[in-house]
Amino acid sequence: MNSYDVAIVGAGIVGAACAYECCRRGMRVVVVDREMVGSGATAAGMGHIVVMDDSEAQFALTRYSQRLWQQLKSELPDDVEYEECGTIWVAADDEEMQEVERKCSHYAARGVATQILGPGALRELEPNLRSGMKGGLLVSGDAVLYPPCAARFLMECAQERGAQTRMGCKVVGMSEDRILMEDGSEISAEFLVNASGASAPELTRGLDIKKRKGHLVITDRYPQFVRHQLVELGYLKSAHSTTSDSVAFNVQPRRTGQILIGSSRQYGAEHKEVDHEILARMLQRAREYMPGLELMSAIRTWTGFRAATPDKLPLIGPLASDKSVWLATGHEGLGITTSLGTARLLVDQMAGAGTEIPNGPYLPSRLGKEHAHV
Amino acid sequence: MTSNAPFNFDVLVVGAGPAGMAAAARAAESGARTGLVDENFRAGGQIWRSGCEDVPAEAKFWIQRCTSAGVMALRGVRVVDQLKPGELTAESMDGTHKLGYQQLVIATGARERFLPFPGWTLLNVMGAGGLQAMVKSGLPIQGKRVLVAGTGPLLPAVAAYLRQHGARVLMICEQASWLSLARFAITLIGQTGKLSQVMQLKKELPHVPFLANSWPVAAEGNEVLERVTISHGGKLETIACDYLACGFHLVPNTELAALLGCQSENGYVQVDDLQRTNVPGVFCAGEPTGIGGVELALLEGQIAGLAASGDIRAAEALTANSKKLKNFADHLQRAFQLRKDLRSLAKPDTLVCRCEDISYARLERHRSWRSAKLQARCGMGACQGRICGPTTQFLFNWAPDSVRPPIFPARVESLAALANCREPAPQNVVGGH
Amino acid sequence: MSEVVVLRVNRREVQVPAGATVGVAVMTAGAACRTSVSGERRGPLCGMGVCFECRVTINGRAHCRSCQIVCESGMDVRTDD
Repeated sequence: MNSYDVAIVGAGIVGAACAYECCRRGMRVVVVDREMVGSGATAAGMGHIVVMDDSEAQFALTRYSQRLWQQLKSELPDDVEYEECGTIWVAADDEEMQEVERKCSHYAARGVATQILGPGALRELEPNLRSGMKGGLLVSGDAVLYPPCAARFLMECAQERGAQTRMGCKVVGMSEDRILMEDGSEISAEFLVNASGASAPELTRGLDIKKRKGHLVITDRYPQFVRHQLVELGYLKSAHSTTSDSVAFNVQPRRTGQILIGSSRQYGAEHKEVDHEILARMLQRAREYMPGLELMSAIRTWTGFRAATPDKLPLIGPLASDKSVWLATGHEGLGITTSLGTARLLVDQMAGAGTEIPNGPYLPSRLGKEHAHV
Repeated sequence: MTSNAPFNFDVLVVGAGPAGMAAAARAAESGARTGLVDENFRAGGQIWRSGCEDVPAEAKFWIQRCTSAGVMALRGVRVVDQLKPGELTAESMDGTHKLGYQQLVIATGARERFLPFPGWTLLNVMGAGGLQAMVKSGLPIQGKRVLVAGTGPLLPAVAAYLRQHGARVLMICEQASWLSLARFAITLIGQTGKLSQVMQLKKELPHVPFLANSWPVAAEGNEVLERVTISHGGKLETIACDYLACGFHLVPNTELAALLGCQSENGYVQVDDLQRTNVPGVFCAGEPTGIGGVELALLEGQIAGLAASGDIRAAEALTANSKKLKNFADHLQRAFQLRKDLRSLAKPDTLVCRCEDISYARLERHRSWRSAKLQARCGMGACQGRICGPTTQFLFNWAPDSVRPPIFPARVESLAALANCREPAPQNVVGGH
Repeated sequence: MSEVVVLRVNRREVQVPAGATVGVAVMTAGAACRTSVSGERRGPLCGMGVCFECRVTINGRAHCRSCQIVCESGMDVRTDD
């Protein structure tokens, strides 16, 4: 059996970020994944780095992590396509405009600079939004990137510092200092990290993580059609709902000039196939906001599974029942954003050090009963 | 979602090339309500592509047969996705359509295989079938110097066609060895139809050097092709020319079959003697089941059309003729296998994925198609791997990924309109003249 | 068939035989269809609508595969050139 300080299961953006952080602290790391770096939800998602204020804890973590991305951005290679294009939260009616104002002051009080856009200003920044929008909130510090390459970059940095990887290896159990692979081999480590996203409950029984399916569409190149990540304020209602299927307007310009169109959320959908009805609803919603999307060439559609917890906050910290098992999972739609912050919080806890933001809200123990299991 | 498909066919045939037309004609003649859908406005597929000219006589025969049998032609309609078994979504210039069916015949044909070499992205470097299609569509070729290269029976056919239209065909460079070609020629003995085709080609190509063991090594020019360097018997020769018509045989269009869950082997859709796939109610005929040429496609199409419309006896009667033609398909594949040398034509900076401009160097480090796709974006462009997929499979031995809808780029409105569809105006299969 | 169709490619008049495709019209005009990601001028490759190299803007609609579209009188074709 090989022996490491840390064995991380899952080489998605969160696992890669954890490997990166562990190696920065001089720990001996191995990362195991059943496929390859960044091939799960990391490959499926939008790659949006966004400050979200659904709760104080969510705000704290997204803000913390976004700053870490900003610190890292100059090191990111070109194919990570990091762009600080900013987010515009779009208000379609007066009620949403009030939300814009609330958000603005909320962010301002917490040190995030934003700008309220009236209809004219919004139109100037994003001329392809349907006329009649009331305005929006511009958050300039938000960014977009291409997640699989970001995950690869973080992993390569870790490998440069000695991290080992075992790709194409399925893990079937993790407990008591050991990871058990499908082929019968084992890895032992002082710390075992479950960073396997929506599959996390397979390795750690009792985790209250549910798959939340999403759909995305990518178009051919239409440069300058969209300049910022655009999200409807109703998005929060969609992300809020814990029971129903929902869609929300959410589009992103890629550096290629292609447009990524989302978003959808479904519970209880376990199969990977594209769900035509929800795809249609999602696109109908999108063209309500941007009529010009209608005639664009859509070249691909796909799905992915977010890992959703009951309180919409990730699990970052040790299991009560097995001190060797640590969780870094349950990030729902904020995995890219909060990956770096998650890694810091995790590794600070492992080292017995204080964390840079209060870590209480993300502790696995907050959710009550859970247990590690082989 | 309610199923209010405006079209409900007994037999729906996708692809109006030889196999598709044969299937549609036979199905309709057997009494089935038959639809024939193709994204082109004129029937004929690739091999009987018309463009500015008239279709060949054999194509006319089948077109007429479809019309007489009452086949409903959906022209300019492109299948995009499967809504559920028995229902496809399709797109045309002016709307989205639901196509309902009891039995489906997939006759989606084949496309050329391209291999990268320095300069292959220059203007006027095209496929062999590609240049022929352009000339059929009105490209003036009179007096132009054309070098034909690659592999397969398409090369001499294209060379002859271009010559007929006034091109100066400088040579044909076939990568197969003389031995392979000789062996292949022997298999043609006893197939009088094919032998006479070969003799006819020989007549039409006097003074056009035909070189075996020969392939392009580089194309050069300032944005537009000016000359090509070929390797022949180990020696290099540079030839000035206006067009390079270069294609390395054909690969089957199996995307729709894959989307529907049909099993494939070695890249070809698996079918039984009656052209049935493993998916109930889904048949496949022609090139997607194995590259075998027009005769085999016509036969398989008829078998599929008869079987799909329930006339099993008539279908079985036709299968007696399959063996010889399927043997021909096997000989074809063996004769024109790609030689290893073709893997080293690309230099590190030669582009392999043309949609996203990804070079050989950026790809060779990846061990799988998926890895290259995720990290380098190879195959993520508009062609969705139709060009670079077969290429990288040959270069790096990568197995292809699964197919995602839409199988062809579709307008956002088409993907959004799955509940509201319009009926396309049915038209006749025959083109205007 | 002696009919001729007149259309505009990058604002210049081009004549093609009736039945000719927009791809042919672009080539006749001496233009490339599109500029690739790394700046190369590209034209038709496959001639049958699967390679997407021949994409042009026709009457304002982008990403039309020109080798698959028959020219119509008065069409306004724009390429990346």
